[in-house]
Amino acid sequence: MNANGSSEHGPRQGASPDSGSVGIVTPQDYTFGSTGEGIELESGTRFGPVTVRYETYGTLNAERSNAILVAHAFSGDAHAAGYHSPNDHHAGWWDSMIGPGKAFDTTRYFVICSNVLGGCQGSTGPGSINPETGKPYGLSFPVITIDDMVKVQCKLINHLGIERLYAVAGGSMGGMQALEWAVRYPERMRSVIIMAATSRLSAQAIAFNAVGRNAIVSDEYWNGGNYYDGDPPARGLAIARMVGHITYLSEQAMGIKFGRRLQARADFGFDFEDQFQVESYLEYQGDKFVDRFDANSYIYLSKATDYYDLGARFNGLEHAVAGCSSKFLIVSFSSDWLYPPYQSKEIVFAMMRQGVDVSYVELESSYGHDAFFLEIERQAPLVSSFLEGLDG
Amino acid sequence: MDNDTHARQHFSYEEILRLIEPNSTVLDLGCGDGELLERLIRERGVRGRGVDIEEEMIRTCIARGLSVFQGDLDEGLKDFSTNSYDYVILNHTLQVVHRPDLLLQEMLRVGRYGIVNFPNFAHIVNRVQLFLGGRMPVNRHIPYEWYDTPNIHFCTRKDFQVLCREMGYEIMRVIDTGNGRRRLPLLSNLLSTEVCFLLRGTN
Repeated sequence: MNANGSSEHGPRQGASPDSGSVGIVTPQDYTFGSTGEGIELESGTRFGPVTVRYETYGTLNAERSNAILVAHAFSGDAHAAGYHSPNDHHAGWWDSMIGPGKAFDTTRYFVICSNVLGGCQGSTGPGSINPETGKPYGLSFPVITIDDMVKVQCKLINHLGIERLYAVAGGSMGGMQALEWAVRYPERMRSVIIMAATSRLSAQAIAFNAVGRNAIVSDEYWNGGNYYDGDPPARGLAIARMVGHITYLSEQAMGIKFGRRLQARADFGFDFEDQFQVESYLEYQGDKFVDRFDANSYIYLSKATDYYDLGARFNGLEHAVAGCSSKFLIVSFSSDWLYPPYQSKEIVFAMMRQGVDVSYVELESSYGHDAFFLEIERQAPLVSSFLEGLDG
Repeated sequence: MDNDTHARQHFSYEEILRLIEPNSTVLDLGCGDGELLERLIRERGVRGRGVDIEEEMIRTCIARGLSVFQGDLDEGLKDFSTNSYDYVILNHTLQVVHRPDLLLQEMLRVGRYGIVNFPNFAHIVNRVQLFLGGRMPVNRHIPYEWYDTPNIHFCTRKDFQVLCREMGYEIMRVIDTGNGRRRLPLLSNLLSTEVCFLLRGTN
């Protein structure tokens, strides 16, 4: 993991196309619903039209039985694997897991990844044009939830003519979507893989999200969410991202990666020009993020994760998972303090009490929440074993 | 694992398979690579789950399509519901946990029956090695040196019977094994290399 390297929800850098790559991929769009139609949101509002940006890797078999839906995390996108052009050096966010011979083996499976509702990387979100006004939605975009994201994904899966997915998989916010899929559409998938996820955020995790949102709305350029014809609230969004990055790493990972080293000097100058490497890293991550992410999407998506509480909606997690009929693999990481292992175990034990077929692995890792992007050597064999075990 | 160890393990699997009613539910604590669990599912039609602490073992079980939980038995079974399994198996694991008595208690809370097997420390070879040699026994049944052994709580057949009596558990069956063969219950505490108990809890 280098200073510019892959981290939660950021594209991996420095990789080049290789034999294990899906190669060049072209994003596609699917639009459904007209104004006032579309889907009914959890809030009760009807919303449409909705465009879904998605990518696929591998080939759908004749029986349409080998499709795997991969759900991205908070700031991810539909670009999960491969490259967009021959000159593109940014592989998709889970390129280490998706490709020929990889955990999600594209010689066997047809892998689908779509940008979430409320996002800003091709799917409809607050930065999209409201067809009724001809202007970006901004804060007139409805509040959306994890459940709403999943309903939109289901529309896409229907559109692709897939009755039953081989698997739904995701990490972090993607893991929440995978869990929601299993609860909402239990008959629509054979298996579910949930990594570094939770059925509800802790107060601590909500608190960090709140700081991020505060940074954005305190930026003078935010202007109540109406900034699309001017400068965006770049500083606020960058600070939000910096806070996010702190939560994605463990104390140990930061120590290994940066220690107390200074960025440009050997010794302290005692003049406020000193910058620790960790500061430089956060600055870099913050600035880089501003180029590809919309501040309003940050607000909407972080709010969606805050709202998520599967157990509360069903009067207990056990009731929520009672109807689950798929086979589950739930993976947590020992140093993940954002969505700690005990939160994964809550899901596992609720499932076990309901007789759901679930396996649980707690990988020993120092990477923190980001581990599901980084512990590939140990995570990949688990995932491929699990997928193969389905046919065993 | 050498052939000899494998053969003996295979034998203890056969014994456990015979003890378990078809189509029951089983929790296998310290399930290792999942071979026993897989056979129980295939040959006895059980619905089962394994628990193990080692990542590699868990991965092997997952590849076999088994349902497994990575966990530490020393942390107990507190999240497992009372009477949620017909059988809870502790196969060659009793001697490696910190508090065998507490785990036993948990096993018979979670399961209606417990199956426990372990090497009998009172076997004559061990006695001779300790008594005449004056050293901790090391042989093919307990192949570790005292300083690197994972076996931190050896007990004898008789010790275990006493513990069960004290804890109020009914011993429904005892299967004595001598060098990989079932043997008659004669001078068992002296001549059995391994013993397997079928227990019933008080609830």
